[in-house]
Amino acid sequence: MSDTTQSGPVLSADGTPLKRSLARALRMQKVRALMLIAPLLIFILLTFILPIADMLFRSVENRIVADTLSETVVTLEEWDAMSGDAPGEAVYESLYYDLFVAAEAKEHTKLGTRLNYEQTGISSLFRSSGRKMDDFGEDHVEAIEDASDGALKDAALWYEIMTGGSSDAGNTELLKAQRSKMAQLTGEGFGGDIGFVPGADISETFPRLARAYTDFALFVAVMDGDVVAEEDPWESVFVAFAQEVQAPGGAEKIAGYTGPGAAELQAAAAALADLEPISFKQTFVDIDEDWEDVGNWRTIQTYSPKYTSGYFLNSIDMQKGVDGAEARPENQQIYITLFKRTMFMSLVITGSCILLGYPVAWILANLPTRTANLLMILVLLPFWTSLLVRTSAWKVMLQQQGVINDVLVWLGLVADDARLVMINNQFGTIVAMTHILLPFMILPMYSVMQTINPTYLRAAKSLGATNWTAFWRVYFPQSVPGIGAGSILVFILSIGYYITPEIVGGTKGVFISNRIAYHISSSLNWGLAAALGTILLAVVLLLYWAYDKIVGIDNVKLG
Amino acid sequence: MADASNSDAFVEFERVQKSYDGETLVVKDLNLSLPKGEFLTMLGPSGSGKTTCLMMLAGFETATHGDIRLDGTSINNIPPHKRGIGMVFQNYALFPHMTIAENLSFPLEVRGLGKSDREAKVKRALDMVEMGTFGGRRPAQLSGGQQQRVALARALVFEPELVLMDEPLGALDKQLREKMQFEITHLAHQLGITTVYVTHDQTEALTMSDRVAVFNDGRIQQLAPPDQLYEEPANSFVAQFIGENNTLEGVIKEIREGHALVQLDGGELIACTPVNVSEAGQRTRVSIRPERVEYNKERLQEGAHTLKAEVLEFIYMGDIFRTRLRVAGNKDFIIKTRNAPDQVRLQPGQQIEIGWLPEDCRALDA
Repeated sequence: MSDTTQSGPVLSADGTPLKRSLARALRMQKVRALMLIAPLLIFILLTFILPIADMLFRSVENRIVADTLSETVVTLEEWDAMSGDAPGEAVYESLYYDLFVAAEAKEHTKLGTRLNYEQTGISSLFRSSGRKMDDFGEDHVEAIEDASDGALKDAALWYEIMTGGSSDAGNTELLKAQRSKMAQLTGEGFGGDIGFVPGADISETFPRLARAYTDFALFVAVMDGDVVAEEDPWESVFVAFAQEVQAPGGAEKIAGYTGPGAAELQAAAAALADLEPISFKQTFVDIDEDWEDVGNWRTIQTYSPKYTSGYFLNSIDMQKGVDGAEARPENQQIYITLFKRTMFMSLVITGSCILLGYPVAWILANLPTRTANLLMILVLLPFWTSLLVRTSAWKVMLQQQGVINDVLVWLGLVADDARLVMINNQFGTIVAMTHILLPFMILPMYSVMQTINPTYLRAAKSLGATNWTAFWRVYFPQSVPGIGAGSILVFILSIGYYITPEIVGGTKGVFISNRIAYHISSSLNWGLAAALGTILLAVVLLLYWAYDKIVGIDNVKLG
Repeated sequence: MADASNSDAFVEFERVQKSYDGETLVVKDLNLSLPKGEFLTMLGPSGSGKTTCLMMLAGFETATHGDIRLDGTSINNIPPHKRGIGMVFQNYALFPHMTIAENLSFPLEVRGLGKSDREAKVKRALDMVEMGTFGGRRPAQLSGGQQQRVALARALVFEPELVLMDEPLGALDKQLREKMQFEITHLAHQLGITTVYVTHDQTEALTMSDRVAVFNDGRIQQLAPPDQLYEEPANSFVAQFIGENNTLEGVIKEIREGHALVQLDGGELIACTPVNVSEAGQRTRVSIRPERVEYNKERLQEGAHTLKAEVLEFIYMGDIFRTRLRVAGNKDFIIKTRNAPDQVRLQPGQQIEIGWLPEDCRALDA
């Protein structure tokens, strides 16, 4: 061929590179093939891959702390957890404003539940504190409301003060920042015009006040759908005002303030002069002394980042301590044991399936087709019976007043007062699951054995091998791909099995999947469930990889 | 038929019967004996019982009745692995999970030979079939012919005195088959092994064997060396089965001193050699080989019977000509002539007269 002598790409008849014209020719085919599988592909993507990916993502996701206590986590960063002292006033101040909005949005209980996974008791701390947010600066609020004959009780006045009047440029930056904060907190979209823009002057003079009012305005407008100017501000707005006025230099600020409602605000400031500045820390401790507990604050600080390895550490019986990862207390360790038990029992189940299934597959493969098909129905029969029925049947068989024990007692092999415990333990789980998963072992073995020509055995015998040698040296090695396929199938199925261990496993025979199910449906700790699931998936993939390295996945035949 | 009680027989079947279902006999009263070093072929159509006989000899099937003896001892109750018989299977049955060397080493291992012994023997066996460099390969990496050689080497590596081959060349193409036929016979004679070879290919049987046993319907129809089998078929089945054959139906007119006079259904009279016909009036099938028919009058023997024939078709086949004739009502009467310089090419429609020697024309059972 002349092509072999010329250098450069091979050209087709019209001079275009052969590769390109080949690709063009194949493109149509590829597109058609893709269109054919598209429905299934999309279906699988939407119903299988995306939910799983989302679930796995939850194992590291930890936005709720930062979203709910957005300001607190920032101020808390500077606190030294090792100091042994509770954080300073600034942290409590941030906590007040964060918690106030969270309580209004009813998000604080969710956070409490989340942190309760790491430190028991935090949940009730948050819940009870959320109900008592009015305790803060009670006298101060009253004083402000009473000043100037209650002028500051007027919602419209506050609105005017905070917008800074019609001449004010408005601080859209602040609005934007608070918008995204509220959006993160509630999970709602906080877009659109809310009929309020904080004034540039006031937000410069009294930034805390401006933030508090903007939060209020956003919440009222978006969550409640009301007009901002017609709603009475939250207590937190009054508290913020009191705090700013009483802070060092606050008196000068209010004296120099010339915006709308200056007279009323100055009167209110004067009324506040006699009162002690608000101590957020003291009030929190008064509400619940646990707020002084260093452990609680450590937990909040540890779980401040948006992503955490906490769930994974939890999955392997560890926790995030002050110096990083540390083992959990002995009495809280459960998952390593469960993982080990799951692996061990899955191995035992796989082993029993091989032992029981191999002879059956061998007989099936060596019988005449008609008889084999008949027996195959017996193998497949369990497939057509509900899993629940089969598992419950084992319960009937194995329990202490069950069929097997009754027969043994009747035969006199077992004393009536010493009936065997065969259920609600590992034995029960292994028996029931071996039975249920046996077809998955027999079918691949059978299909592989069917392809082994009986003349191999004859050849081996004619060469001088005994029946056993012929089987072991010639037949068995050729049936290994079937054993491999069956083992992978049974092992992977059993490692994630749920229903059977749940019913017959008791406490000693449950698998890791039962724990995952518990966290999904009962404790609602989805992050931990996701972490456990991720580990399980990783273990399976690892084993699969190891199997591929050792045996080679091409040697697996499923039929 | 060979004498069953032959004293120097190496392999002997005596009154062997085999039935699978208890209703019909697959092998009916088989008597066969072969001396050491003989290459015997069992030839027959499928279902004729030849493979069953081989399997009984190998020990994979048990005889329902009768005795099979190897070197004077009955082997009826000896399991296959103790018989020490080498066997080559139709699909080669090379163990796919072992290399070629491991395959050959297997029979030596189960016999407990030491490593160095095994290696030497494996090498010798592989060299013998000219596969010396393939020891490390897997069976799937070899071609059909190569696998065949390995299978042969494996059947011979433990030096059995008897080797059985079950249609070993069936899966090969024609050229390779012919080459292997030669190699197998060569090797068998060189090593002096007794060989029982099963095939349904008559060319293979004729070219390879010392003797051929033609099987049909569970019986040996004829046991004879290839030339005798071809030229002197004992009955009409053998005549039909081996080689090409022309048949003419008729009735025996008279039998005398090794000659028979047959009146064909068309009324013509011809002289034949009677084979398994005994009396006048019996129906018979007369068999003549196509290459023994002569139509050149000068070459016909004095006084030979001749028949009128009409040429229907002339086929040029290179080395020979094949001409189809209508003779005594038979439209498929074939004659073969060598493509020699002086040979006449017959034209369709031509009327000729044909004849043959009475010795070449055999009156068989109808």
